[in-house]
Amino acid sequence: MTARTAAAVASFALALTVSACNDVYEVPIETPIQPKMDVSPFQRVLIAGFLAGGSEDVDANLETVRLLRSQLRSKSQLKVIDADVLPLLELANEQRTDKGETSANGASPATPPPAGGPTPASNTTTQAPPKAKDVQQARIKDEKDLEPLEGIFANVDFWKKIGEEYQNPLIVTGSVLFTAHARSGFVQREQEVIDQLGRRRVVPVRTYMERKGFILQPKFIFIDGRTGTTIYSEGYKEEVLYSPQQTTPALSSYFELMDRLVPSFLSTLSTQKIKGSRVLMK
Amino acid sequence: MHLRQILAAALLVVSVSAPAVAKDARDVAKKHVEFGITVAQKGLWREAIYRWEQAAKIDPNYPAAFNNLAIAYEHEGQFEKARKAYERALELEPDNQLIRQNYELFKEINDRTNRRGSR
Repeated sequence: MTARTAAAVASFALALTVSACNDVYEVPIETPIQPKMDVSPFQRVLIAGFLAGGSEDVDANLETVRLLRSQLRSKSQLKVIDADVLPLLELANEQRTDKGETSANGASPATPPPAGGPTPASNTTTQAPPKAKDVQQARIKDEKDLEPLEGIFANVDFWKKIGEEYQNPLIVTGSVLFTAHARSGFVQREQEVIDQLGRRRVVPVRTYMERKGFILQPKFIFIDGRTGTTIYSEGYKEEVLYSPQQTTPALSSYFELMDRLVPSFLSTLSTQKIKGSRVLMK
Repeated sequence: MHLRQILAAALLVVSVSAPAVAKDARDVAKKHVEFGITVAQKGLWREAIYRWEQAAKIDPNYPAAFNNLAIAYEHEGQFEKARKAYERALELEPDNQLIRQNYELFKEINDRTNRRGSR
């Protein structure tokens, strides 16, 4: 039994007990959860962009940036900076290439695109060939593909430069892997049956089923825009499975899974309150 | 012999009056607990904390005072104080299911916070 299930059972038992006693009073409480990070040095936050991969039906970089910005606007004290989304995958690839060149000819690492200016993704004069983004994204299929690109998060100069351009905000970046997956196995579901006396009954039935769905694996990295160093990072993994009859668009699944993670993400930056009830006694 | 008689008399007085004193303490503490409940229901948790702290000081063996205090600390985000108060309440009344259930719900939130912290 998971902790959450145990808590739900305890809560139900609590309600039953309370209804049977006179000298007890159930009260609603809001437990404040302090943010994991001290964000007091920052007034502004930049959701820069993410190394994204997996399903080609969803632009996980763009969607994650949009979603987190809108959530932070309404649920955080920090001012959210509106800026072009960094094509982090391209930049990470460029940095890797440059790194190879650095050892050979001493070239400097890839620099971030200018603030407010066109990003390499939208810049038609960029040297990247057409559809380069699609080609690179297609290569990111799992965590192994992401690993060699994650060096960009440790590139202090790169992040410091971005920090300078946006007046030293808290920078949020990381990786988002949104992949389709299928799983087969026994699933318990309820089935209506009519017994010998003609009565309708619902009985649990175990059926072998092949289900399809998605896995979302984001890793959020929080970088100090003043120094370019990582302050904090956290990773999540959520999955959803649907019956074969169900046709759920990838984007809907993406939002369904992100909905589960957003409270945890927000509680890293701002105080969140968990509503519940407890029993006072005389 | 005279001294022995005085000591015996004193012992008798103490043994007779001790439960009465304890009962008085419980009565006073109970008034604080009840007032604390009234104000907590109105959302005045700080006042409730003050009342329940008084109750716990007057009668340190009163489980309800510690249970309520733990809830109030939890509401204020003072998790360490809440844990200690719950543990004291359970120490005084280990079989009380209400206290135990309150504590379980508290632990679930506290564990989740600590899990995040250890990431």
